[in-house]
Order: sequence, then C-alpha cells, then structure tokens
Amino acid sequence: MKKTMMGNFAASWGAQLSRVQVIAAYPITPQTLIVEKLSEIVADGELDAEFIKVESEHSAMAACIGASATGARAYTATSAQGLALMHEMLHWAGLARMPIVMTNVNRAMAPGWSIWADQNDSLSQRDTGWMQIYASSAQEILDSTIIGYKVSEQVLLPTLISFDAFFLSHTVEVVDMPEIELVDKYLPPFKPDYKLDVNDPRSFGALTDEQYYYEFRYKMQESMNEAVDIIKDAGKEYEKLTGRAYSLIHPYRCEDADMILVTSGTIAETTNVAVDELRAEGKKVGNLRIRVIRPYPKKEILEVVKGVKKLAVIDRNISPGYSGIFSQELKSALYNEVDIPTRSYIAGLGGRDVKIEDIKDMANDALKNDTPNDLIWKGVKL
Amino acid sequence: MIEIRMHGRGGQGAVKASFVLAEAAFQGGKYVQAFPRFGVERRGAPVEAFTRIDNKPVQIRSQIYYPDGVIVLDPTLIEVVDVTKGLKKGGWILINSNKNPDFYDFGDEFKVYTVDATEIAVQNKLGSRTAPIVNTAIVGAFAKLTGIVKIDAVFKGIDSSIPRFQEENKLAAKQAYDTIESR
Amino acid sequence: MVIKFQKNDKPVIITGAKDMPPMAASLGSMLQNKTGDWRNVRPIIDYEKCIKCFICWKICPEPAIDIVDELPVINYDYCKGCLMCMEECPKDAIHYEKEGK
Repeated sequence: MKKTMMGNFAASWGAQLSRVQVIAAYPITPQTLIVEKLSEIVADGELDAEFIKVESEHSAMAACIGASATGARAYTATSAQGLALMHEMLHWAGLARMPIVMTNVNRAMAPGWSIWADQNDSLSQRDTGWMQIYASSAQEILDSTIIGYKVSEQVLLPTLISFDAFFLSHTVEVVDMPEIELVDKYLPPFKPDYKLDVNDPRSFGALTDEQYYYEFRYKMQESMNEAVDIIKDAGKEYEKLTGRAYSLIHPYRCEDADMILVTSGTIAETTNVAVDELRAEGKKVGNLRIRVIRPYPKKEILEVVKGVKKLAVIDRNISPGYSGIFSQELKSALYNEVDIPTRSYIAGLGGRDVKIEDIKDMANDALKNDTPNDLIWKGVKL
Repeated sequence: MIEIRMHGRGGQGAVKASFVLAEAAFQGGKYVQAFPRFGVERRGAPVEAFTRIDNKPVQIRSQIYYPDGVIVLDPTLIEVVDVTKGLKKGGWILINSNKNPDFYDFGDEFKVYTVDATEIAVQNKLGSRTAPIVNTAIVGAFAKLTGIVKIDAVFKGIDSSIPRFQEENKLAAKQAYDTIESR
Repeated sequence: MVIKFQKNDKPVIITGAKDMPPMAASLGSMLQNKTGDWRNVRPIIDYEKCIKCFICWKICPEPAIDIVDELPVINYDYCKGCLMCMEECPKDAIHYEKEGK
C-alpha cells in the first residue's frame, strides 16, 4: 500500500515488516525518529519485539550481538559519532558472523559539529566484515532492510544500510509498503545452526591461535564472495513479489555511453536527472549507481564500464591523504583489467548541496579533459 | 514538476504544512517530496519548508532554489525575509493575510494571492488567535490557486495525515478554497 | 561570507579555506553568543528559601549561574531555560515562569 513517509520511518517500517525480535538503540540526530517510531510500533502491538534501552551505541551493538547469538533477529540504527563509537563491536558482529541489520544515517563526523549528509562515517567501517548498502530513496531503505535480513541470514554476515542525512532521513516521499503476509513468504524466521542454547552448550569467540584464525578469515571472505550471487537472487525474488528490482549496481543509460558517472546515495538520483539533461544536449553520458560496496561488485562494474571512454566518480566522502573512497575502490577494480581514464570528484561534504548544475559541471569537466585525476574539489570555497 | 517554498516561524507548523500539502498531492495521484530547511530550528525563528509535486517519481535530491510558488504563513516575515528570493518569473505568492493582494507590492513579476487562514483557523477552533493552526486552510487555498490538487484530495490528505479535529480541518480547507483572493 | 559578532557587529570577512583556522574554532569568545534568547521558560530563585549550597551553580550546563556577593545569580543573557537548577535544588527554592511574548 502506498503512503507518504520520511526516510527514517521507511527504516522503521522495514524493521517492522522484517519482524525483528530485538531492538537495542541509542538516539542520535538524525536517526532518533527511526527508533522513536519503532517504539510506537511496538507499543501499538504492531511488532512483537523486545526493546532494550542502552546507554551508548557500543552497548547497542553489544546487545544486538548477544541477541543474535541466541537466534533472535536483531536490529539497530545509528549515525556518525554513534557508528564510530560501536566500531569495536562492528568487528565483533562481523567475525562472530551475526546477521544483524543496521541502518545508518550518513552524517558528517565531528568536529566541526555537523548533522548533515556525508559518507565518511560508514565508509570508515569498510573493513569490519559488514556488507554495505547505500540507499538512494525511502523506498529502497524499506526494501533493503527486508532483503538485508534475507541475505544476511543466508551468508551469516551483518548488513549496514546507509542513507544520506536529511536528504533522505527527513524527506517525505511516496513509499509502497508491502503487505506483511507477502514479506512473510519472502523472509522466513531466523533459524541459525549455531547459537547460544542451554540444550546444546557451546562457547563462542574464545582464544583462537594462529592455527585457526586465518581460516576463519578465509571463510568470511568466501561468504562475502557467495553473497554477490545471493544478493542478486534475493533482489530478483523481491522483484517477483513487489515489482521492485535491486542489485549490487544500478546502471542508468550506460549501454552506449561515452562517459559514465559513478555515484552513490542521493547524489546518484540527482545524477539520473542530470544525465537526462546532458543526453538531451547530445552528450552520451550514463550514470552507474553503486548500491553495494561490500562485497565489492568488481565483475559487475567491469561489465558495465568496459567499453566506455572515460569515467568520472563523485564521492561524498574522502580518505584524507588519498582520495574519494568509491573512486579508490573503482580504480583498483579497473587495474590490470581495463585502462579507462578516471577523474575523481569530491562534492557535498558536510551536507553541502549537490545540485543538477554541479553534476553537469563535473560531467562537462570530465568530458573536456582527457587526463585522469586523483582528486578534484567541486564547490570548495578557497 | 512544481516546486513550492513555505515561509513560517518555528512552532507555527510550516514543516507540517509542507507535509500536509504533500499528502494532499499524493492523495490526488501525484508523486511528492517534502522537507524542511535542514537546520536547527527555534521557536519564533524564520523557518522554510519545501514541497515538490510531479506526475512521476521525484529523483532530484537537492534543495529548492527557484520555486514556482511561495507560501507565506506569517505575513510579518515579509519584512524580515526575502520571501520572493529565487521565485520564478510569473510565479505566485500566497500569503496568509486579512489584507487584499493589492496591499502587497512585489512588483509586476509575480501573481499575489491572499487568504485569511488565521481567521478561518480561529473560526474553526484550530489553535488560538496567537497560535492558529493555519496549515490545512493554506492547503485548501493552494488547491484552488493552482488546480494541481482537487479539494477532495485535500480532504483525503487531511484524513490520512491529521490525527484529530479532521472535520474542522476540512471545513477550514474548504473555506480557504472558497475565499482565496487574487490580484 | 561575512560574519558579524553579535555584541559589537564588527564584521569579519571569511571567503574560504585560506581565512579559516585548521580546526573548527569560534572567532572569539562565546560570550558574544547570547543564548538567553533561546528560552521559553525562565527559572527564578527565591532567596528566602535559598541555603547557598550552590548545587545550582555547580550543575548549570551552560553555565549561566554566577556567584555574586555569595549568592547564586542566574545570568539571563545565557540561561536557556533547561530548568536543571530547579530540578536539583534541595530546597525547592527555584520555580519557573513562561517567557513573555
């Protein structure tokens, strides 16, 4: 059923439809509405879940890990400073293979104190073993939560769904909520093989010397590799039920493009409009939205870009000392495979607006310049 | 696609108004996007809220700089804020005011409309004279002004997004729809 | 961008990165930021009941309570009206009133 709702509420309803059983979260702007709405949903009897009030995000993730370890479907949400505070526990959730789904509102890291859109928070957590999704619409936030549990519970890796502060979190748009009966057909109850169970006592996470640790990492990587196809299959199955398709990458008008813009988050949606305008001006450009960065869709990206003359990446993030993170990862995927000059643009840090004109400027700059470039600041005030 | 900017003061319901407007347009079969100016807000301080309405899903996700229309919920803001900033030539301004549109001078570029949403709200017991709840009246006036949304979509929007006093709110919307004045 | 101090309106011009310090730092003392205008309610101390324990002065988060002639005095230029002083006063010597409009 279609309704208007804020991105944050789409996250809440995604969790409700996924029948999460344990919610442990700590408030932080701009995420607070997600959890407030969930507590209303639970209080209204629309979700049978245990709500654990915790004193910090570190505890929130620890509580989710504890819950997931007993076989409960666990959920939390956070942003920026909160995500950073749970860093130690993110590694734990990954290595302990807990299929937790967490929504993160992409907000700039402090100082300066900022509540606005920026991707450094989630990208700083790339190495923790979490699968990572970047959503571009409220609809996608809701759908990705449900698909997230389906995939996570198969591969036993947690999923982080990130979306831009305010541009999605506090923006009202039309969302189609699937009927819960439909979701129940798609997402069966969580039944792990290994769990904390007094009837089958085990110890988890104990001392692991060099005889075994390496192999646990190997198995984690294997699961990440398997996840690529599982994500695609889960997306196709969801499409059969709802008509909405999701995959690791979402190309738009890339088939005959001379140049492809590589984008993520809300910038990707605005770029679709910019691409239409550029095409109307006779420029053959396409937009490749990267939705999943872990596991990294190297093969899928290469299939789309292999014939193209140029690439222009727009990053709403930066790894200080090198460059935009989506751009770095893209270039490493291209290396040894295909030689395409790539220009890397940084835009929108700290919530600075990225308008259609800005995207067209970057596209036109890339069209005019054949030289690759590691970092171009778009919109910086010098 | 049309883009609308609303001006209000913190606590007056400008943000809520942008959502009610979006809901009405959605009930009228449109795709919508609505959001506040993304800043920290304080009671009494000028606040802006935005709504995009289109026949297909809205993909633009940046701020609105050149609205097609502007709604001013509190006429005292006109002296404090440049309410026509970025307003497209030939665009419209709808002001919550008991004055006639001729009272306002924005030059010849824009079409000016007024509706006494405060009086309508007070008559329908929506809020008080010092703190009237004008958002539903404004949305009713907007429906008449632009024709983008029919009045029954406004009624459906009120039913689905306003939890209490739905009959009073619908009356207010209808009254504003009937009494909006244009220059 | 031109930034004006609230106190003396002396304009400072900042055009971009070159004019900014390396880290987010205010241009001057935060005394210039009169957060008192954020208030919706104002706490008022009843000095007949006050026992000068200074718990209010200690816990005021702003801090907006000064010690003047051995009495706690609320500085309404900065008091944001959080009412923690009222909550914590052991003698209930603080009440609040709505800010006039």
